[in-house]
Amino acid sequence: MSNSESAAVTAENAAQRSRRLVQQSLRRRYRAERLFQAYGILAVTLGLVFVGFLFSSIISTGWTIFQQSYLELEVHYDPEVIDPAGNGDPEEIGLADYSALIKAALRARFPDVEGRSDRRALYGLASGAGQFELRSRVLDDPSLIGRTETLWLLADDRVDLLMKGKVDRELPEETRGLSDQEIGWIDVLLADGQLDLRFNRAFFTNGDSREPEQAGVWGAVVGSLFTLGVTLLLSFPIGVAAAVYLEEFAPKNRATDFIEVNINNLAAVPSIVFGLLGLAVFIQLFGLPRSAPLVGGLVLTLMTLPTIIIASRAALKGVPPSIREAALGMGASQVQTVAHHVLPLAMPGMLTGAIIGMARALGESAPLLMIGMVAFIVDVPGSLTDPSTVLPVQVYLWADSPERAFLERTSGAILVLLGFLLIMNATAVILRQKFERRW
Amino acid sequence: MATVPAAAIRQSGSSSSKATGAPPERSAEGHRTVGEIQVKDPVIVCRKVNVFYGDKHAIRDVSLDIAHNEVIAMIGPSGCGKSTFLRCMNRLNDTIPTARFTGSIALDGQDIYDKRQDVVQLRARVGMVFQKPNPFPKSVYENVAYGPRIHGLAADRTELDDIVQTSLKRAGLWEEVKDRLEQPGTALSGGQQQRLCIARTIAVNPEVILMDEPCSALDPIATARIEDLIDELRQNYAICIVTHSMQQAARVSQRTAYFHLGDLIEVGSTDQIFTNPRHKLTEDYITGRFG
Repeated sequence: MSNSESAAVTAENAAQRSRRLVQQSLRRRYRAERLFQAYGILAVTLGLVFVGFLFSSIISTGWTIFQQSYLELEVHYDPEVIDPAGNGDPEEIGLADYSALIKAALRARFPDVEGRSDRRALYGLASGAGQFELRSRVLDDPSLIGRTETLWLLADDRVDLLMKGKVDRELPEETRGLSDQEIGWIDVLLADGQLDLRFNRAFFTNGDSREPEQAGVWGAVVGSLFTLGVTLLLSFPIGVAAAVYLEEFAPKNRATDFIEVNINNLAAVPSIVFGLLGLAVFIQLFGLPRSAPLVGGLVLTLMTLPTIIIASRAALKGVPPSIREAALGMGASQVQTVAHHVLPLAMPGMLTGAIIGMARALGESAPLLMIGMVAFIVDVPGSLTDPSTVLPVQVYLWADSPERAFLERTSGAILVLLGFLLIMNATAVILRQKFERRW
Repeated sequence: MATVPAAAIRQSGSSSSKATGAPPERSAEGHRTVGEIQVKDPVIVCRKVNVFYGDKHAIRDVSLDIAHNEVIAMIGPSGCGKSTFLRCMNRLNDTIPTARFTGSIALDGQDIYDKRQDVVQLRARVGMVFQKPNPFPKSVYENVAYGPRIHGLAADRTELDDIVQTSLKRAGLWEEVKDRLEQPGTALSGGQQQRLCIARTIAVNPEVILMDEPCSALDPIATARIEDLIDELRQNYAICIVTHSMQQAARVSQRTAYFHLGDLIEVGSTDQIFTNPRHKLTEDYITGRFG
């Protein structure tokens, strides 16, 4: 009896003891939990601060890119200049000196400007792009010859900087970039409403240019689209096929282990190495054209493949084995099992991997420098073999240019690049939700 | 089927022939099983089946016949090899890289491990229902139509519709799902999902249905429905069912095989196994002394 009594007391004590110990440890545990959460919040905040800093700096310098300064001029399509022979031959009309028309219009606007150097300064207010616009207008409609038209023409980048408040009027004349005389003309034009900020169509439709006000991002956008198109068309099917074979069909032995290790290695190889490889193989050996989106796409395919293969294999591994067994148990062949059941379930993960790979490819510049996509290319590419550049390389080129107005272009190009990324990632989310199935 | 009279089991517990806890001695044919492994009209004949997972000897010299139109229950403690043995009969173990098979299993007199035997063909003849209901993440209709479709059993859409309807009816699911054939199969309840898997299996008209603990994830009501279904299906198929529930084995099966650590210890009619087990290990297991 006493034995069982003491046992009961011990049991009571044991219960009290563990309750006391739990009580003691509780505070420590909650503290650890709060600390852990604080670390998490700190990390997220830091990340957000950095991203916010990046975005605010880019947007603050880049947002003005949507507008550009235009001059309103009364242009007289002088037949003497455009078509001196008077026979209306389009070839001759095309060769005429249209800048003379703009110069004449500026002279007419400021008739009291005399002297060669003053006049040259005056002509400098208008961008060289105006002559191309006049030329295309006349070629489109030859009946304009001899008539007079009021047009908004691009102003010079220095005028634009002043208009956007990026030039300080208080600075001494020699460090300002614009003389007092030029500022005087600008003020006259401003007072008459003949100088204004208008939507910057040129930036979104032009290729690159040496003149900042004419430089546009469209050439690089098209180059990026072509390059990424090639990359996606090649790397997604190849990557998925490789992943499916390795995951579902290949025997597990040393050879496949070796392949797996090397695929993981490839994912970590610096991208410039792929550029060198592309230079040696695609350009030297196969003789493909330099600076072409085709070669860029091939190089980026090499770079993206490991990412897609690894992500796709992870997605395939995530498909529950019960689905495979169900299909095999029904008498589906290995290929049917994969094609009908495993692939559809793995597709969201594969798409995510592909988009991550493509996003990386979109932002890649180093390997493309190696294959000549860093060249200065004015024309918007029309095919996969035309010389072109891509958005990140365009950013690099503009960031390297001495003219101050290119700073704004650089930020503008980065904004376009970020817009691209946003669209791609949104597409990835939408596709994933569309393909996602519960089981 | 017969319920187990517990008193009868206890009474038969002291026979001297089952004093040892070791598996029975090897017989002249090379297997170590108490009871009659042969039947008159077998659909599947297994002889000296051995399975290795790497170094592990998972099944040792198991020989067993499976008759037409019978339900045979395979019972035994966890890890005794009953599921492995089941999966040998449709060669699903082939998908495990380390698994190795020796011996012979004949389906209607034809060795299924023969090189000329096509596994796709085999699995169309030997269907399987798994422990966890695993309908495809597709519609109810597509789940049942999948087998006939890949095997080309239906000439056109109407014939396929017929097959789907008949299979669902035979699985006792038609009344519950006839208005929602286009809904995902995964949206059904657990018991309905398992009956959907059975409908999917019988849609290709197999000769044998293997069931690997088909009710272990289900509640008692769903279990009762599946058990009724198994009893009905016996009219047309041979059914091998692995189960952890001895009551279930007693309720649904005509014959019972008891596995222990890779050995087939005893096989006999279900009544005999549960009322008068001949081997000590069998007796210990069914009286709940271990397992």
